Amino acid sequence: MEFLRRALNPWGEDVPIGVSWDLIWAAVIIGALFVVGHALMVPKKVTTGEIDENEAKGLPEKLQRHKPGARVFHWSMSVAMFVLLITAFFPLVGIQFAWVTIHWIAGVGLILTVIYHIYHVFAKQDFWTMWIDRRDIDEGKQGLKAALGRSEAKRSRSGKYPVDQKMFHHAATLVTLGAVVTGVLMMFRVDNFLLPQNTYMFSDAAWGWVYVIHGISGIGLIFLVMAHVYFAIRPEKRWMTWSMINGWIDRDRYLENHDPERWVVAEQASAAEVSGGGGTGQAAVSDKVRGEGP
Amino acid sequence: MAVIRDMIPPFELFQPAGVDDAVRLMQEHGDQGWVLAGGLDTFDWFKDRIKRPSAVIDLGGIDELRGISAGADGGLEIGAMTSLTDISENADVVGGYPLLATSAGLVATPQIRNQGTLGGNIAQDTRCWYYRSGWPCYRAGGNICYAATPRSMNREHCIMGASRCVAVNPSDTAPALVALDAEMVVASTSGERTYAATDFFIGPDLDITRMTVLEPGDLLTQIRLPAPWSGARHYFEKICDRKSWDFSLASVASMLNVEGGVIQDARLVVNGIAPYPVRMGAAEAAVRGRAPSDETGQMAGEIAVEGSRALRHNDYKIALTRNLVKRAIRDAA
Repeated sequence: MEFLRRALNPWGEDVPIGVSWDLIWAAVIIGALFVVGHALMVPKKVTTGEIDENEAKGLPEKLQRHKPGARVFHWSMSVAMFVLLITAFFPLVGIQFAWVTIHWIAGVGLILTVIYHIYHVFAKQDFWTMWIDRRDIDEGKQGLKAALGRSEAKRSRSGKYPVDQKMFHHAATLVTLGAVVTGVLMMFRVDNFLLPQNTYMFSDAAWGWVYVIHGISGIGLIFLVMAHVYFAIRPEKRWMTWSMINGWIDRDRYLENHDPERWVVAEQASAAEVSGGGGTGQAAVSDKVRGEGP
Repeated sequence: MAVIRDMIPPFELFQPAGVDDAVRLMQEHGDQGWVLAGGLDTFDWFKDRIKRPSAVIDLGGIDELRGISAGADGGLEIGAMTSLTDISENADVVGGYPLLATSAGLVATPQIRNQGTLGGNIAQDTRCWYYRSGWPCYRAGGNICYAATPRSMNREHCIMGASRCVAVNPSDTAPALVALDAEMVVASTSGERTYAATDFFIGPDLDITRMTVLEPGDLLTQIRLPAPWSGARHYFEKICDRKSWDFSLASVASMLNVEGGVIQDARLVVNGIAPYPVRMGAAEAAVRGRAPSDETGQMAGEIAVEGSRALRHNDYKIALTRNLVKRAIRDAA
């Protein structure tokens, strides 16, 4: 199986023209093996045990995990991502339709969601919430041992985001930015009303690498989306998935999975901020984390 | 430009005696197999070393792919390997489908029409010289259209239907078959499929590496023509750079059903201006209920070129298309 597609340009130069589409199937197979392997090796629900009643004191029954803006971003990005993957890869596997226009429009949609996300992170959330520090690494080691049944030790609790979510986020950020940056450049080569056509912007070889990076990013996203969907539907993770829909988690989930020292409940409980919460007995949880950061 | 060499690279030659054998061989060799019909396009590709298949499946020995016979409902069935000369001279075609006979008779030269087949003519690849030079353009699996850059020589390329690639369909008989509501019968190891002619030709938006629905393993076996329209008028015109023989810059095929001096129904198809024969649906709708006059033709021509967009060197094709459509309405006989 080749990794790159190469060709001779009119000047006789051997240039890359894109990534090998065989890698699509490699990503699908690796993703499927990962999902099946994980499902077989980690069949049981991983819990942290009992809830400390002292910690529960003063906490409302429902706590906000995702603000409406964050949820709108997540689902908008999901729609854009699925449209992009479908329009990119279905034609390559034999399902033919006019995909180019849909693809770049979805790409523009993805860019808008990313811009909104960056604004939201810096203006409404704490950037360092997603940072991986030493405690996350320890948490990851403990969690891995617990999941594989190799440790009797109690699994440590995470901040707002578990280390596996942080790792996924950073991987998704990397490949999404790769796809977005190269995708914007590629828009100079297709007919659209946003950017003028300019095929002479780069050399053939440089253009080839733009296509290669775009292809690798897209193929990487196949694997990441497969893994993400898998974890979203696993029984022990569904409460997180629901929180991305309704915005909140219950107190027991919070105490079971999150360290109140690392993810602090806001002193000003605000039922109004909890989407679909119904009013009483709910609180927002601050994105300001204690002791996390570089 | 590619250099044509005398020697063709070696390949394994298969000469099946039936369609079943042919499609089995095509399935077996996939995209490494090459179907040889009349051979007029094939040997250029081979000598240029642009196409280097490992297996060539010669259809010349399959008798069931040749001939013209009566079809169901008063139509005709034409084998894909029937020569263009046979089609242009056949009494049933000339009498019932003069549009097809005319278009087939205008393909290249008598020698080429003797050798060339209807299937080969409609399934032939584009003549874009950037593509045929073997450069890694979109159609060849690359990531650029060399004909769409600001400095390209694109006088022969498209004014509509482009999607990254701006090559045009070169077939003379294709627009006639679309105008005649023909059906294409395609065989493969999974069975037989039938396509309306208008769906048989595809643009680069659907698949940038093909001009028809035919995929590796698919064999065009037959072209079916429905019963002729009663009271039909037709028009075919091919515009070339030279009168001796050439590929068309643009061609038009029309069928008009005229009763009481009024157009009841119309088919209007232009080729050479897009990657596929363009059926001018809006113009067809606009001329229904009107007399086939100069004014109606003028109106149809204006409608036909709406949305067209010229490249650097082919804006003449917009005016050409407008006039061809006008004449196809006004001068249909």
